[in-house]
Amino acid sequence: MGIMSRLKKFITERSPNVKEIKFTVSRIKKSPLSIMGITILVFFIAIALLAPILAPPGHPSQRGDPYRIPKFGIFPAPQPPSEEHPFGTAQWQYDIYYGIIWGTRTAFRIGFIVVISALAISLLIGSVAGYYGGIIDELLMRFTDIIIAFPGLILAMAIIAVYGPSLDNIMLALVLVGWPGYARVIRGEILRVKSEDYVEAAKSVGCSDLRVIVRHVLPNAIYPIVIMASLDIGAVVLSAAALSFLGLGPPPGYADWGQMISFSRGYIYANPQDPLKYWFTWVIPGIFIFLFVLGWNLLGDAFRDIFDPTIRRR
Amino acid sequence: MGLRTFVIRRFLLLIPTLLGVTLLIFAVMQVMSPVERAALYVTSEKDAQRATAEIIKKYGLDQPIHVQYFIWITEVLGGNLGWSTKTHRPVLAAILEKAPATMELCIFTLPVIVFAGIYLGVKSAVNRDKFVDHVTRTTSIIGWSLPSFWLGILLLAIFFAYLGWFPPERLGTANLDHVLSTQTSWIDYTGLYTIDGLLNGRFDITVDAIRHLVLPVVSLTIQIIALIVRVMRSSMLEALNKGYIVAARAKGLTKNEVINKHARRNALIPVVTLTGMLAAGLLTGVVITESVFNLNGLGRFAAYAALPPPDLPAVLGFALLTGVIFVMANLIVDIIYAYIDPRIRLG
Repeated sequence: MGIMSRLKKFITERSPNVKEIKFTVSRIKKSPLSIMGITILVFFIAIALLAPILAPPGHPSQRGDPYRIPKFGIFPAPQPPSEEHPFGTAQWQYDIYYGIIWGTRTAFRIGFIVVISALAISLLIGSVAGYYGGIIDELLMRFTDIIIAFPGLILAMAIIAVYGPSLDNIMLALVLVGWPGYARVIRGEILRVKSEDYVEAAKSVGCSDLRVIVRHVLPNAIYPIVIMASLDIGAVVLSAAALSFLGLGPPPGYADWGQMISFSRGYIYANPQDPLKYWFTWVIPGIFIFLFVLGWNLLGDAFRDIFDPTIRRR
Repeated sequence: MGLRTFVIRRFLLLIPTLLGVTLLIFAVMQVMSPVERAALYVTSEKDAQRATAEIIKKYGLDQPIHVQYFIWITEVLGGNLGWSTKTHRPVLAAILEKAPATMELCIFTLPVIVFAGIYLGVKSAVNRDKFVDHVTRTTSIIGWSLPSFWLGILLLAIFFAYLGWFPPERLGTANLDHVLSTQTSWIDYTGLYTIDGLLNGRFDITVDAIRHLVLPVVSLTIQIIALIVRVMRSSMLEALNKGYIVAARAKGLTKNEVINKHARRNALIPVVTLTGMLAAGLLTGVVITESVFNLNGLGRFAAYAALPPPDLPAVLGFALLTGVIFVMANLIVDIIYAYIDPRIRLG
């Protein structure tokens, strides 16, 4: 079979999928909120990709680590925006503009790593529980119940307290408290798919369990959860920023938005005569966190309507 | 299944869940060395300084793990959560001391969130796709996306630093001295300054306490209210499309009568299920809100305890407490839900 005919066959086979995607895109175009969300996210993706051009690393104080914010001196008080430092400098002369730009990469990294890891764990556990059922299912689901029995951020705080504050431990803690929610949904989807005829057919021709799960069950069960999880990125970044703000994140000088704000609370209390003197140290990073999370939430809100099969075609 | 059977069954399910919650906390503890874990058992400074070997022996930290768990859970049930190294008192004593501030914050926030959330959700649904709806939805998405700690700082900067209206902490300096001093006639009835002020006949203290509560309450409300508004809106929209609503309108009732008497009552049912999430939101929210506004409550206590060097007995004690509160909240929700919606207990 030639390449062209293969391609043709592929297109005819996939035409229902293509049609669905086209329909989805047309729905997205009609929703102003999702357009706004996408615009905000494109803006952040551009910043993250162009970070080395927008804020070139290589300052000696960084010691080769681009995520370390360059330091311009040792003066302890923040300095207002100037030509050299458009967003001003934080305590000990960390350049806020640089921190904002590279903090975008940190935010995406936190969001992607946490969501992908939590998804991977939940896929494994959820599909094993849903596919095999019985005692395995019971045990695994009771285990997820226990983790869900805690408010997530508080359990995450306890985990970080034990392992010590760092960005990696924030991500680890958020993965550990995040996967059970997805695992439950995946299990439910698998239970729905597993009794379909094509799964029975695959089993009857002698496919191994692994092959049935990976080739036949998962592809038909996975999409709702992938969409749900990817839209959680905003919430994940917000939780990470909150933990960072509490002082459980990376050390001062790391390009992380939450960490950049964590110092600023003191300035309002410490300067009763002129409490807004150092506004730039917290207003600017806060706006960036807010916009980043808003972008994901706008998209999420619109997608809930677009992908919800019960109201999709109305 | 009758309601009684359902309640009994639900209570029995509580046992494995609570067992699991304690097991998880116990599992987190295993990361620590026996010496560090010794702090989880001792109840006084003298104890903490005593030869660790003795403590390890006394509480069986060299025993097999299931024996250790048994000893630990016996201590916890007896009210011993260990020694808080940062506040220099038993964890339980510290929790009891900090609880009133948190309770006061939650007591003032909860009705605001629930009533305002229901009101806005109904308003939004009734005026679907009109101006009110767009404003409400946009504001709640914005509130949902705002970093709570940043919102707190923003409120502080505007309303405390710039305008000087609403200060942080629980009371002004003079009043706080009066309340904390042993010399004065002040009696701590509840630990909630707003109520104690009334009971002590010091209305100025009540007013002062309320003034200090305004910003934290607003900040917590903005973080959480979107949850209620969203569910109430969609539930109300669903109710408005039901046949009995059309019938009520056809019968000649006014729009307001139908909304208030027919639609809203039925639309409230799904909101009850949110109580669990609301509890989680509040428990998480107080950690950040109290830290920002310097409120001397449980949340700030836990956040401070988690900073290095960590006061692990305090952090784990707080986590255990929130886990138990959360499990209980869900139990109450399930029972109320089964009571108002018979389909649940039949299923």
